Amino acid sequence: MMLKRARSCLRFAATSLLLLAVATLIGAAEPYKAPRTSWGDPLIEGVYTNNTNVPFERSANLGDKAFYTEQEYAARKNAPAVVETTTNPTDVHYQTADFDLDPEQNPMVRNLRTSILTQPANGRMPPLRADAQRRSDAARAAQQAHAFDSAQNRPLQERCLLWAHEGPPLRPVGYNTLVQLAQTRGYVVLMTEMIHDARVIPLAKSRPDFGGLKRWQGNSWGHWEGDTLVIETTGFSDRVTPRGSGVPMGPEGKVIEKITRTGPKSIRYEFIVSDPSLWDVPWGGEFPMELTDQPLFEYACHEGNYGLPNTLRGVRKEEQTRQQKAR
Amino acid sequence: MRVAAMARAVICALALVACADRALAQKAAIPRMSGGKPDLSGIWQALSEADWNLEPHSATQGPLETLGAIGAVAPGIGVVDGGKIPYLASALAQRDANRAKRRTEDPEAKCFMPGVPRATYLPYPFQIVQSDTGVMIVYQFAGAVRTIAMKTHAEAPVDSWMGFSNGHWEGDTLVVEVTGLNANWLDRSGNYASEARRVTERYTLMDADHIRYEATIDDSSVFSRPWTLRMPLYRRVEPGARLMDFRCVEFAEELMYGDLRKPGTGKSDGSAGK
Repeated sequence: MMLKRARSCLRFAATSLLLLAVATLIGAAEPYKAPRTSWGDPLIEGVYTNNTNVPFERSANLGDKAFYTEQEYAARKNAPAVVETTTNPTDVHYQTADFDLDPEQNPMVRNLRTSILTQPANGRMPPLRADAQRRSDAARAAQQAHAFDSAQNRPLQERCLLWAHEGPPLRPVGYNTLVQLAQTRGYVVLMTEMIHDARVIPLAKSRPDFGGLKRWQGNSWGHWEGDTLVIETTGFSDRVTPRGSGVPMGPEGKVIEKITRTGPKSIRYEFIVSDPSLWDVPWGGEFPMELTDQPLFEYACHEGNYGLPNTLRGVRKEEQTRQQKAR
Repeated sequence: MRVAAMARAVICALALVACADRALAQKAAIPRMSGGKPDLSGIWQALSEADWNLEPHSATQGPLETLGAIGAVAPGIGVVDGGKIPYLASALAQRDANRAKRRTEDPEAKCFMPGVPRATYLPYPFQIVQSDTGVMIVYQFAGAVRTIAMKTHAEAPVDSWMGFSNGHWEGDTLVVEVTGLNANWLDRSGNYASEARRVTERYTLMDADHIRYEATIDDSSVFSRPWTLRMPLYRRVEPGARLMDFRCVEFAEELMYGDLRKPGTGKSDGSAGK
């Protein structure tokens, strides 16, 4: 009788331990529950950094390898923030040490991924559709034929009109990597340090009427799906060309972004871009961002733009010199 | 006689109740955060001629007469306490020099960020985004934006166009101390302040759709004493009101870089609308 009771106790204890272990495992797998604003939305506001040396596109030799091992990550985590390979010839990443921005001063966000792009599975941009590629080649040739005629012929970034990493979709950039999220009832603001563009995103149950107007960064609206902020953006200006395309989006072009708080100091940013006039398949990816106490400085791009007039001044001088030699 | 006295008493009592009700209604009409502080969130705009000239002024020819009446300086009653900005004599000469070359040198014409307080009374909307812990103001013009630190106040680490803002509440008034501002013009008439200025702004909700805005400018290198401008701000109440794109850089390029254009490539007379 005693033995039977002891067995019963042991069974109970073993079962309890098993249940406890399962409960612990389940608990560990539970997503982080974000704190709330006073009006009940998940709290995501703050100043974040997305500083990373993970390239936007994956090196071709890595194939479908989406993550580095811990050992591989440790070996490259302090590598400068450069893109090893890219399909975009104008994509510039800097050796951050050149600006005294070594990894110690400008910590990178831990990310074991081998590329920001996760879709397609090879982590590389899908090719443009053939007709889009022809339009892209023609647009590029026309631009290059008059590249230095005037300020208006220079790229948007050089004119301080819009920087490519500001998106949407947002992309990590080699320096000045801060992103500020602000929240109030009915709106979320996403502001990029460079070049101080604040995207005011209305929150709604359905797409608001944007009056058919296009915007440089498109018309964004958002809604909460559980603890994830989902932002849909359409209606991009014809003067904005998605990454590497050289041509504007078509009428069905769309960007979906998802922002999810993943911990007390971290959020996950996901994006997916689709446009049947440019690509046969959508492309997208994700990266983490971390809260930082670094000050967010005003990046007064246009006000301090000496590069653009000096570039034009130099070209005009070269033209004069050539004309004088020809006489 | 007694009936008349009772009637008077009843009428007085009703009047008092009505007054109290109105006072309560006015207080209740101000939107508030859950913690009780006024909620300034919304899209606002100044409706005045302050950006043409802060001081009282009659209508005059604008900086570009080829625009006709479209470019005329609209008359305004002024927004400065006492009417005149108290310039030091040397600074007044600089104001007049600014005014003489306003067509090309006004930072607004160049699409530079307008600084504080000018960003408030440009003739364009701005949006206050107030959360439980902070305030951000997004301006339509030139993509200007600033964050008002409500919790951790600090000195401006560096000068900037929109400055460094520390805010606190005095009753129902949001008081913002702005320092670290670059020297900048205050209007299209060449009124200006130096990088030494300290601006104290006060935002008070008058009701749900109006803010009483005041800004006191203390800059002893330009003015003989601190002075104050004040004006109401109006909520943009129309359905669908939102900040629009006004990336004005592209409209300033010909003004700023037109002399560097390749000869013979157009855009020579500035008449883009022809």
